[in-house]
Amino acid sequence: MSFAASERSAPYWLAGPALLVFLGLVIIPLGMTVLLSFYDWGQYKGIVPEFTLKNWIEIVTDSYFFEVFLRTFRISILVTLACVLIGVPEAYILNRMSPGWRSVCLLVVIGPLLVSVVARTLGWALLLGSNGLVNQGLMALGLITTPLEFMFTETGVVIALTHVLIPFMILAVWASLQRLDPQVENAAASLGAGFFTIWRRVILPQVVPGVLSGAIIVFALAASAFASPAIIGGRRLKVAATLAYDEFLNTLNWPLGAAVAVLLLVALVLIIVGSNRLVERRYAQVFE
Amino acid sequence: MSHLVLEGLGKSYGTAVAVEALDLKVERGEFVSLLGPSGCGKTTTLQMIAGFVGVDRGRILLDGGDLASVTPAKRGLGIVFQSYALFPHMTVAENIAFGLEMRGVGKAEREQRTLDAMALVGLKGFSDRYPRRMSGGQQQRVALARALVIKPALLLLDEPLSNLDAKLREEMQGELRQIQRSVGTTTILVTHDQHEAMALSDRIVLMNQGRVEQIGAPDTVYGSPATSFVANFLGKTNTLAAMGDGAGQVDVLGFRVPLAGAPSGPVSIAVRPERLSFAEAGFPARIKSRVFQGSHWLLGAESEAGTLLLMRPNDGTPVPAEDEAVKIAFASADAALLTEGRAP
Repeated sequence: MSFAASERSAPYWLAGPALLVFLGLVIIPLGMTVLLSFYDWGQYKGIVPEFTLKNWIEIVTDSYFFEVFLRTFRISILVTLACVLIGVPEAYILNRMSPGWRSVCLLVVIGPLLVSVVARTLGWALLLGSNGLVNQGLMALGLITTPLEFMFTETGVVIALTHVLIPFMILAVWASLQRLDPQVENAAASLGAGFFTIWRRVILPQVVPGVLSGAIIVFALAASAFASPAIIGGRRLKVAATLAYDEFLNTLNWPLGAAVAVLLLVALVLIIVGSNRLVERRYAQVFE
Repeated sequence: MSHLVLEGLGKSYGTAVAVEALDLKVERGEFVSLLGPSGCGKTTTLQMIAGFVGVDRGRILLDGGDLASVTPAKRGLGIVFQSYALFPHMTVAENIAFGLEMRGVGKAEREQRTLDAMALVGLKGFSDRYPRRMSGGQQQRVALARALVIKPALLLLDEPLSNLDAKLREEMQGELRQIQRSVGTTTILVTHDQHEAMALSDRIVLMNQGRVEQIGAPDTVYGSPATSFVANFLGKTNTLAAMGDGAGQVDVLGFRVPLAGAPSGPVSIAVRPERLSFAEAGFPARIKSRVFQGSHWLLGAESEAGTLLLMRPNDGTPVPAEDEAVKIAFASADAALLTEGRAP
């Protein structure tokens, strides 16, 4: 082989291993899952590889599945909102800190990502239980008389998920804050704008791209989260991920579980692409 | 009463003194430049006037009122930043109207004043453009219009032309001066560019290491620099070692000229390159180099009083060759007595 030809084919060789991994570990299993969702299944006959729409019809017609998906997206939206509300100001404060304090605080912010998901979630279970620290504290302060229900509720799941996903929001917003001209705030102040006006009219519109990319990551991870809903939500408060898990491992109805998983993936892609388009059009000038 | 008064204004960062004790009176409608090398305290001074940086010592009086307790938003000053600091998510018209909106000016008046301001800076028809789609010069005009439309008590310009290329910068200098004249707003310019300061201002405040070296009209500061720092910072100059006789005369290697206020003993005097000439009565020197520049010659010379730079017009008179011995003289009015200033 000539040198020029080998040089031309080099990118393919270099990308080859990664492509193989991607193909073998993502594309093929995904294709098989899609295929599986169209297979038949029976209590006694097991998985039968013949084409049927049974699983899909069951998901669409049974209100139980609708309820689970609705809950999944309700939790995801609440987590995303909480991350925006807490993360955006936090990123702003982080951006204004002195470099020394900033690195300390950054470590605190990404702390949740450094702890094993099971340990972290069990930690929340300890805090949120009816005899947990939060309830004991609130009762000691006299704010409540009976313990609040956090465990096995959506509130508990939202709190735990917000905690672990907020670093993604903070880092995304922080990145776009760093691109801001530091004089822009002074310019707005000199023109007579107060602190909140500067925030609303000048800073926030410019960090929209960061908020959006943070929101997409948080939303996607919240909707497909497994460990936190499984431990905090328990067996009765199902979301799409735990539902698919149960179909696979408890009922052993793989085709139905596959259909749930595929539906979750499709719905996520549609929601993310749709909202991305919407916001990009609204803030076209900032995205250039 | 002066429009703006700075009284013993000072600022320190830890032990580092950014501005020592600045006294300055600016009259209404005046164009004053703060000129100096980077780190001389000129930008800190501007930021103290704007209110972005707290004042450690001294006072800032605007029309007699102390600005100390007034927030930047309430000072009503127009500021043009070095980076322009335009709002990238707003159109040109929205950028300019922002200050009026903050002041609660009605929609109809706001639109009219925005259009007027755009016409003033030559941006007619750019209303719906976004800053990112404009050239540096155009962005600069938007920033100027945004600062002027609120009819500010003071216009503060922080190195406004430093991001433009040389040709555009010269154009904008002329235009800036003309706009400032027509609006009549008292203006303070911060710059490290001596040409810009000399071209634009009524008076120049020359600063070095947090201290004022000299305040005066551009031709005065250029013609009679008070310190060796000023002489060296503004244009090119020759510093000559001379001997004062205590009777109003100095002696440069036998060449004697009257110089008011010259003490007896060794002194330093400054003479501009274009004011040195060849004359029989002058002091001896030897030409070391000559460079032709079209309209004039640049000559380098060595003498016992110091290394010299001469600028001779290309007017047909013969120019001495390299290594030729010459006699150099200057008029008494062209020499400035230097006090010890810190070197640049």
